[in-house]
Amino acid sequence: MIRLQNIEKVYRTNTIQTLALNSINLDIEKGEFLSVMGPSGCGKSTLLNIMGLLDVPSGGTINIDGQSTISFSDKELAKFRNQKLGFIFQSYHLINDLPVLDNVEVPLLYRNSTAKERKTLATAALEKVGLSNRMKHFPTQLSGGQRQRVAIARAIVGKPEVILADEPTGNLDSAMGNEIMDILLQLNRDDGTTIVMVTHDEFMAQKTHRLVRLFDGSQVQ
Amino acid sequence: MLKNYFKIAIAVLRRRKFFTFISLFGISFTLTILMVLTAFIDKVVNDDYPDKKRDRSLYISHIELRGKESMNSSGLSYYFLHHYVTKMRTPVKVAISSGYSSTNTYVNNRKIVINYKYTNADFWDVLDFDFIEGKPISRQQIDNADRVTVISEDMKKAYFGNDDSPAVGKYIEADNVKYRVCGVVKSLPITSYLLYSDIYLPVTTSKTKLDADKGYMGNYGAIILAKNTGDVSKMKKEYADIVAKLPIPGKEWDHINSHADSYLEGYVRTGNENSSGVAIAFGAITIFALFVMLLPTLNLINVNITRIMERSSEIGVRKAFGASSKTLVYQFLVENLILTLLGGIIGVVLSVIVMYFINDAEFIANLDLSLNFTVLAYALFTCIFFGLFSGVYPAWRMSKLNIVNALKA
Repeated sequence: MIRLQNIEKVYRTNTIQTLALNSINLDIEKGEFLSVMGPSGCGKSTLLNIMGLLDVPSGGTINIDGQSTISFSDKELAKFRNQKLGFIFQSYHLINDLPVLDNVEVPLLYRNSTAKERKTLATAALEKVGLSNRMKHFPTQLSGGQRQRVAIARAIVGKPEVILADEPTGNLDSAMGNEIMDILLQLNRDDGTTIVMVTHDEFMAQKTHRLVRLFDGSQVQ
Repeated sequence: MLKNYFKIAIAVLRRRKFFTFISLFGISFTLTILMVLTAFIDKVVNDDYPDKKRDRSLYISHIELRGKESMNSSGLSYYFLHHYVTKMRTPVKVAISSGYSSTNTYVNNRKIVINYKYTNADFWDVLDFDFIEGKPISRQQIDNADRVTVISEDMKKAYFGNDDSPAVGKYIEADNVKYRVCGVVKSLPITSYLLYSDIYLPVTTSKTKLDADKGYMGNYGAIILAKNTGDVSKMKKEYADIVAKLPIPGKEWDHINSHADSYLEGYVRTGNENSSGVAIAFGAITIFALFVMLLPTLNLINVNITRIMERSSEIGVRKAFGASSKTLVYQFLVENLILTLLGGIIGVVLSVIVMYFINDAEFIANLDLSLNFTVLAYALFTCIFFGLFSGVYPAWRMSKLNIVNALKA
């Protein structure tokens, strides 16, 4: 589903050059649930951002669902992300000015879907994460766990083939973290969604199919 | 999609009320100034009372003698207009009138300043004054040099008081001469300076002998009326030919300038007989309008950029979930247009209030400013210009934000 070949990421300033990712080669199968672990600053989030086409590698190739994305234009990347990928962030990144339902509809705004279709799909996604009774609430009126469930609903509303989750349980206590993990496992199991999750939590990582470890930008497991 | 943009625009406006107040104040205040100015210009330029036949009229109001070292410019002499202009072949009527002069008169120990203007018979045919009482000065009365007058409604009130009794048949004294009132017309604002007066008198009653001075310069002007609009350019050319052939009255001069202008050209010709003042007036008004709009626009750009930085997380999320740079620019411009149109609505309300006070205070008598479709159309155009101009740069900057950096901020 996702093939990374010789991915490198170098951050350059006037005085210093930092190698964030060093020759990463990774194949992720369709329907796989992969977790990425490693100490802070080892390049986990950078790898996830590159996989999600949010950042551009300094070298190497990315192939998602049989398509090489390296030469995509801004518009093509935007369309590809919209159709194929869903994102969950550690700090949720919900739009506080919009109610929950509108937040979940965001990915559908960039497709040719009608308002009615958007509402139907967003409602279904919220039902899936158990938040159909909070549709008209604003993010600031919800708990951390509820906000992350809204973020999951937003990630799955467009039925993407891949979900990229950057420490989705990082800001939550263990009970809420487990709830979120259960939802992700269910999505993977029932819908066959490919999930790549960055985590610090060994216990969460053990629940996934495969674990990749990074250290100083290199893959060590 | 638009509904979503609208929701977020309103939410953003409500979030930072002080910023919103500053932005809306800047927009609405600017628009108020521009709308009152537009209403004023519209009234002056487009109000066609009493010269309703403007489309087939030309105005001759100045003549200029030019030499190597000197220049002399003024209105025209009655002799010139009578001798050259009334003999033109194309015009069907030539309305001649003097510029207005002032005289003081006393009624019941009360001083009244009366502006008077001399007119010929065609003046009453070319111009369509609204008569509240009586009728125009007739050709016969002018030929007989009868001491009759048409007065303005305001002068009727000032001279005869506010009672409703008719003024026609009564006498009014101006410049130590008594004139019998034969008509009362709706008053003009002083901004219609070519036609404005308190009382209109037969040109034949003028104290100066009309043909005594054979010079070109004087205190008179003319409106020449073509049979149809097609003849206007022909009339203009005929006058230009006359001016070109005029004998030059003295060695100190080498050139004569005088033009038969359209109403607008005649109104704004700023003493320069070589070129009409339309371009200068239009340029000056445009520069003024742009200058007035510049400060709030810069303020709005600044506020918008600050707001964008606050919304970097939202921008990152939208881009991550499929918004292209173009879509984000569109979203931000729509949001900005909503803000400026809101400012526009407040500006319209403020303009109505300001115009009410200007009209009520009668800074310029008989000049009633109003918010008509022309003014509203200009306001809408200004709002859209404002919204786009102040939104493009911030929107462009927003769309170029790197997603990862935007999400980190």
